[in-house]
Amino acid sequence: MSPILGIIASSNFQRVTSSYASIATTTVGSGGSSGITFSSIPQTYTHLQIRMIARNSSSSDAVRGQFNSDTTAANYSGHLLYGDGASAGAAAATSFGKFGAGYQAQSSTTAGTFGVSVLDILDYTSTSKGKTTRFLGGYDANGTGAVGLFSSGYYASPAAITSIYIFPDSGNFAQYSSFALYGIKGA
Amino acid sequence: MAAGSTYTPLATQTLGSAAASVTFSSISGAYTDLIVIANIAQSAGSNSLRFRLNGDTGSNYSATYLRGDGSTASSGRDSSVSSGYACDTPGNTSFNLMCIFHIMNYSNTTTYKTTLGRGSNAAIETDAVVSLWRNTAAVTSVQFALGSTFPSNNIAAGSTFTLYGIAAA
Repeated sequence: MSPILGIIASSNFQRVTSSYASIATTTVGSGGSSGITFSSIPQTYTHLQIRMIARNSSSSDAVRGQFNSDTTAANYSGHLLYGDGASAGAAAATSFGKFGAGYQAQSSTTAGTFGVSVLDILDYTSTSKGKTTRFLGGYDANGTGAVGLFSSGYYASPAAITSIYIFPDSGNFAQYSSFALYGIKGA
Repeated sequence: MAAGSTYTPLATQTLGSAAASVTFSSISGAYTDLIVIANIAQSAGSNSLRFRLNGDTGSNYSATYLRGDGSTASSGRDSSVSSGYACDTPGNTSFNLMCIFHIMNYSNTTTYKTTLGRGSNAAIETDAVVSLWRNTAAVTSVQFALGSTFPSNNIAAGSTFTLYGIAAA
C-alpha cells in the first residue's frame, strides 16, 4: 500500500506501561476517507486490538485490512460466520489480498447508523509464524443488518506487524467513523 | 482522561437477592467504549438478557443476531422494539449464561449507538448480536433485565455484572 491513502495516526503513539493501553485513534473528518493507517506500531505489546465504528459512502458493508503495506494476494485467507437477520451462513476466502477487519453501515441506512467491530491481532511481533486475526462485528439498521465473526490468516513471514491499513471494501469511510488501536501486554 | 492505561473497572454489582433489573447509572463520559461482563442465572424460565439506555422505554431499539445451538445455526432480528439484546443466548436457573456486552462510542452526541454482545450458555447455545439504539444522546445509564417484557423473569441472586471503561488516545 503505497502511497498511503488514508490518515496517518502514528503521531499520537505514546509510551505506556499498562497491560491494556491506548496507542492511537483516528476519527474521519467531514471529507470522508478512503482508509486509515496505523504505522510505526510499537513492538512492546503481545497482542493488538482495534475497536471501530464505521459508516460507508457506498453499498459496501465490509471493512478490510492489510499489514505492512503488503497487497500480495497469497498472503491472506480467512473464514467468516455470519447472520443477516434471516439466515446464517459461512464463507471462506483464499488468496484474498486483504483480511476481514469488520462491518460498516451502508450509505442506504438512516443517517447516524454505524457498524461496530472489535478486531484482535494476535502475537503481532512474532517473526517465526503467520499471524491470526479475528473480529466480532456487525451493524443493525432497524430492519436490515448483519453480524458476524471473521478469522483471518496472514502468512508473509518472518514479518512482525509494524503497520495496519484499514479500508472499506468499496467507497469511503464516512465522517465520524472512528478507529482506536490498543496494545495488550503479556507477562 | 490521559492516554495510556485503560480498561478500567468502574463498578460491580452482585445480587444479594433476586431482582427485576440491574442498572448502572451516572456513568462517566470520560471513556470511549463501555464493556459489561455478566454472569447470570434467572429465577425461572429461559430468557435473553436485554438492555435499555438512559431509561428509554420507546420502540427505539433493533437487533440482528446469530446463534448456534449444537445442531443448527440461525439468524433473526427484532425491529422497533422497546429494548435491545445484550446477548441473545438465554439463561436458565443455573449460572450458565456468560455475556460480554460492548457499548461502542457511547459518549458521543453525533451517532446512534450500536452495541455488540457475545453470549454463551454451554447448556443451550452460543451467539453474537448487534443492537441499535436510534438516539444520538450520550449514554449515561444502562439497565439490564430478562426477556422482551423487561422483565419476563427475575435475575437470580448471586448474578454478577461488572462495568469497564476503555478510553482511546
